Amino acid sequence: MNIHEYQAKEIFRRFGVPVPKGYIAFTVEEAVANAKKLGGLVWVVKAQIHAGGRGLGGGVKLARSLDEVKAHAQAILGMTLVTHQTGPQGKVVGKVYIEEGVDIADELYLGIVLDRAKEMPVMMASTEGGMEIEKVAATSPEKIIKVAIDPSIGFQGYHGRELAFGLGLPKEHMSAFVKFASALYALYMQNDGEMIEINPLVKTGAGEFIALDAKMSFDDSALSRHPDVAAMRDITEEDPAEREAGEFGLSYVKLDGSVGCMVNGAGLAMGTMDTINYVGGTPANFLDVGGGANAQTVAKGFEIILKDPNVKSIFVNIFGGIVRCDRIANGILEATKLVDVSVPVVVRLDGTNAQEAATILKQANIANIITARDLEDGAKKAVAAAKGENA
Amino acid sequence: MSILVNKETRVVVQGFTGKEGSFHAQQCLEYGTHIVGGVTPGKGGQTHLGLPVFDTVSQAVKATGATVSMVFVPPAFVADAVMEAADAGISLAVIITEGAPVRDMQMAKAYATKQGMKTIGPNCPGIITAGECKIGIMPGAIFQKGSVGLISKSGTLTYEGANQVCKEGFGISTAVGIGGDPIIGLSYKELLPMFEVDPQTQAIVLIGEIGGDLEIQAAAFIKENITKPVVAFIAGQSAPKGKRMGHAGAIVSGSAGTAAEKMEALRAAGVTVVQSPADIGKKIAEVLNKR
Repeated sequence: MNIHEYQAKEIFRRFGVPVPKGYIAFTVEEAVANAKKLGGLVWVVKAQIHAGGRGLGGGVKLARSLDEVKAHAQAILGMTLVTHQTGPQGKVVGKVYIEEGVDIADELYLGIVLDRAKEMPVMMASTEGGMEIEKVAATSPEKIIKVAIDPSIGFQGYHGRELAFGLGLPKEHMSAFVKFASALYALYMQNDGEMIEINPLVKTGAGEFIALDAKMSFDDSALSRHPDVAAMRDITEEDPAEREAGEFGLSYVKLDGSVGCMVNGAGLAMGTMDTINYVGGTPANFLDVGGGANAQTVAKGFEIILKDPNVKSIFVNIFGGIVRCDRIANGILEATKLVDVSVPVVVRLDGTNAQEAATILKQANIANIITARDLEDGAKKAVAAAKGENA
Repeated sequence: MSILVNKETRVVVQGFTGKEGSFHAQQCLEYGTHIVGGVTPGKGGQTHLGLPVFDTVSQAVKATGATVSMVFVPPAFVADAVMEAADAGISLAVIITEGAPVRDMQMAKAYATKQGMKTIGPNCPGIITAGECKIGIMPGAIFQKGSVGLISKSGTLTYEGANQVCKEGFGISTAVGIGGDPIIGLSYKELLPMFEVDPQTQAIVLIGEIGGDLEIQAAAFIKENITKPVVAFIAGQSAPKGKRMGHAGAIVSGSAGTAAEKMEALRAAGVTVVQSPADIGKKIAEVLNKR
């Protein structure tokens, strides 16, 4: 799960990681009031959406007067912000974070992510603050310093020193940096963090380290033990169809092709998309109906897939294991009674009791249900149907 | 022969009396798996499915001589259960549970490794040596005894691949579902050498997916160490970047973990890579008939 910058900074504050003062605003009036409350002469007005690259897209503005705060808040609230992470359709900004200005002497990068090969968290630092870390990794990987931290010993001073020396920090700033990094590691572990990115991490003229930006995501499987974090979920940031699918235990990702897919198991669901591509079609979605495919889940799957107007055919690809194919076949027939399925549906059922399932589908004799004998046959028929050809 | 488990393997079930544990333990028993008992804290002394229930894994090991554990404990408690098994001297824990917190599995795996216990999973279908021993949730009937070893991150692709191999008339020696989480137990590069030395196994199917670099490690290992033919499929060639595709670990982060780079690495290692899972069986037939 992802959270907003202002929410990440709330958590940072709680764990003693320095951040600028700031308040969230949902209206222009609140934005101005927040700036007044902060005082000072310089403020930053920052769009709050779950995507990076907000500054380049015009979602982060510096204000040198309360009038400017007002003008920027007016411009940003309600705007459709397009960044390299939002996709071309962009995201509508519903809230802005008003933050005090910070005296910036140097901009660094600091992040934590799970290193899957080492099976432990790795902290990454770079002198190239403000740049996309992936670009730095691609063009000048030597500028990224990494230390893996074994959770059985936790964050030690040497971890911090290795990063600080790698960044070329002067000796007198060492202890402040180590303290910052140590607190960051603690909050990552204690909240079951998946990823933290501070870009930029600012060193002030006075030699303090402050998280100017904060991006954080969490391990979904651990959210139940962090109700405070779970409460930070912003459903307006999620794709409505993906969210609806999730509520019914289905895993759905929309793509832009024309063949809708309904499959059991994530691997086979991806493999089905790949096969559709391979035989010359384009998948409209990823949809894993899970292990217990039944009439209700299949009906919900049809409903979600058919919300996408690009869908011209549906390929139901189920490998029946413990769940027998004959039961799934009956489920599909029932589902077609619950939902008006307007496009051709190609059904491939394999595994336990596949023969009986084929007989059930054949006897039902529903016009737009086409049976397939295996994965490739099914993919070909679904692609042909999407193109309006007779399979 | 086979790898890791066979008809002699003595299996204990953790989370034995729960709904999932009961159902699948029963299925495994019907397949012929030598389950010797189960563990459910607080139900020690009872009998379930005609087998003894113990309060702790160490009691179960002492009483039954079990060496392998099949774990169905709910996600919040699964790390605890795995570490208990490691402490009790179990040599292999097969973790079926889906949705285990990553941090917990990191700790549990580190401890298991320290204790010398191997793990498979979590979030996996388990392991099956065809005709001998099924430890997991896969439909046993499709796994006919034969000469092909199979390693897969995905459950249903394991079934799909095994089914095709069997329809081509070759059958399976052992199939291992290693799971699609960010941190998993035994992976390709630990399992490949086991298949290499297993006299029953003549060819290997490797099924991977986007995310992480286990398949890249596997490619490097195959190039140096594996002489048996390998047929591979990588799921998610058509998956968008930055989107999690069902499995917690199936995500392309930035430009890392794409299907294309994994397929390329495997090809460079001499592996027969198929673009569609529908071709797994055909390619296995090709490589085996050539020999």
